[in-house]
Amino acid sequence: MTSTQTTSAPTDTGREITYSEAIREAIGQAMEADERVFMLGEDIGIYGGAFGVSGDLYHRFGAERIRDTPISELGIVGAAVGAALAGMRPIVEIQFSDFTNQAMDQIVNQAAKIHFMLGGAATVPMVLRAPLGSGTGAAAQHSQSLEAWFAHVPGLKVVMPSSAADAKGLLLSAIDDPNPVIVLEHKLLYRTSGPVPEEAVRVPLGKTNVVRRGSDLTIVATGVMVSRSLEAAGILADEGVDVSVIDPRTLSPLDDAPILEDVGRTGRVLLVQEAPGHGGFTAEIAARITESPTIYRLLAPVKRLSGLNAPIPYAPQLETASVPQVADIVDQALTIMKES
Amino acid sequence: MTDAPMATAEAARHALHTMWSIRRFEEAVDDLFARGLMHGTMHLSIGQEASATGVCMALRPDDAITSTHRGHGHCIGKGADLTRMMAELLAKETGYCRGRGGSMHIADVATGNLGANGIVAGGIPIATGAALAYRMRGEDRVVACFFGDGATNEGAFHEAVNLAAIWKLPVVFVCENNKYGMSFSTEKSMAVENIADRAAAYGIPGVTVDGNDVSAVYEATRTAVDRARAGEGPTLVENLTYRWKGHSKSDKNLYRTKEEISEWRALDPILRFEHDLKESGLLSEEDIQGIRTQAMEEMRDAVRTANSAPDADPSDLLDAVFAPV
Ligand SMILES: Cc1ncc(C[n+]2csc(CCOP(=O)(O)OP(=O)(O)O)c2C)c(N)n1
Repeated sequence: MTSTQTTSAPTDTGREITYSEAIREAIGQAMEADERVFMLGEDIGIYGGAFGVSGDLYHRFGAERIRDTPISELGIVGAAVGAALAGMRPIVEIQFSDFTNQAMDQIVNQAAKIHFMLGGAATVPMVLRAPLGSGTGAAAQHSQSLEAWFAHVPGLKVVMPSSAADAKGLLLSAIDDPNPVIVLEHKLLYRTSGPVPEEAVRVPLGKTNVVRRGSDLTIVATGVMVSRSLEAAGILADEGVDVSVIDPRTLSPLDDAPILEDVGRTGRVLLVQEAPGHGGFTAEIAARITESPTIYRLLAPVKRLSGLNAPIPYAPQLETASVPQVADIVDQALTIMKES
Repeated sequence: MTDAPMATAEAARHALHTMWSIRRFEEAVDDLFARGLMHGTMHLSIGQEASATGVCMALRPDDAITSTHRGHGHCIGKGADLTRMMAELLAKETGYCRGRGGSMHIADVATGNLGANGIVAGGIPIATGAALAYRMRGEDRVVACFFGDGATNEGAFHEAVNLAAIWKLPVVFVCENNKYGMSFSTEKSMAVENIADRAAAYGIPGVTVDGNDVSAVYEATRTAVDRARAGEGPTLVENLTYRWKGHSKSDKNLYRTKEEISEWRALDPILRFEHDLKESGLLSEEDIQGIRTQAMEEMRDAVRTANSAPDADPSDLLDAVFAPV
């Protein structure tokens, strides 16, 4: 039903659009190609979405397919689960990923389990998109990074695009996927731009991206921490430290081979995430490294740099201090270099 | 203060002063935000002052409230200090939440505000629980639970109201129906006409009130509070009102017309109350001017004092994560 099924690497036409335009473009192309695809969520119609992501889609596709809903997250996600079971391809927008809490039963107990519980007799091809992360002064109930929760649940696929091209390509793959896919977008990335192919080019789910290859240290980062790590890599290069930056992109299922391979080569690893460290996703990557023969290649202990084990505060100076910044990544990397 | 706004000059003065304080506070916030001196996002309740004021006046000082993302008015209505509120929004150590909460989490527990809430409908079950606590301890305190029309579409609303109804808890559920949950109108979001109609599903009284009339809000709340205190259970009070400003700072107002907004601005609850006061002779033009000036000066002082307070300090960020054992 989908028209362009390309899975090749994005063709770089030089065209740059924002992360949020890339998402909108993916949704528009998927809706044009497949009548089963529709969107539902709060204020996605004439308002254009809380973060402006749905934009003009309402004017292009109408109120039936860009379906505004009451403030009822559990109902919205449940309706998407049902519609998906009954053969549609719903894309749910939750205004802030914090509000997936309201819908947790439908996500965790229903969407994630149905295919398995029914012995494979049914599928739930739904996509749930939600912005995560801090940096906007929205405080504790609007700034969380809950990716580890979702990655912990069997039956959910979880992606965290860190660039405009990935935002488009991963979303298109998520829409094609017969499973429930949680797409966690970072609020601070919505207005950032990058080259994005005009065609409906898929970025496959479950394929880790080696964004930059270096010889001294491997940094693994997700979401907005990818661009911060790249910025840190530039500074570190001036200090004579050559780092790799690796973005798993899909947290579940996790493609760990490129990470293990790179860490095996550099012998040093720094795992960066915005979420609090305790029980966080980087702990999973650390465990994979220590469970594999890569451990014998390590020249230094595995290090994690995470958000504080605290809710995100309101005040800008407190908020900044709560999550890793570029300088923190540089400091940690230099410490690892010194200690090895 | 439990007198009706129109009962005595003192009560009238209190009501008008509260409404002006809310208006001036939010205008100051709007201005600071526009000038880039305030961080985050803001949800202003300009136009809805009669609801916060009328409800809080019907409560005793030891009664509690739960509040919403649009909670400045509720906080002021319950008696919070403007300087500490402003300090919170200006990210100061002296703010009510030491810079950790900001606008959406503003609260003054000492005056009975159990918390604003960034989660739509998040405070409704909490209000029910607080009322349960008062009941279990044999205290005759009441909880007024503020929420918007949009919140009544959340499961939390229905579950919490049902619990309060079956347990006959001392809660007054106060819906501030300003016609929109962000951009979605009540006409589109519900198949019933009034929020108050939903009370029938839980076997409790539901009343729809002119929410821009501070006296009407007071009367309806007072009746509900008396009922709650007498052990007869909760009431759903729906205050019909309107927010003049956008939902938050990112609102382009595409979902409502300029005409609609100006029609409601003409129904300004503060000017209307001033008019009623003059008609009744309870306050003179001079009294009213005095209250206006006082509210303005107090607000200026609050901004000045808050501004000169020390900034919230990142070095003790982990302090409040857990309460000390
Ligand atoms: C659970 C949840 N869903 C969505 C939001 C985003 N949001 C914040 S306020 C709001 C509208 C609330 O409308 P209403 O309850 O009528 O209150 P009002 O804003 O009109 O005062 C929305 C959708 C949220 N904060 N929490």
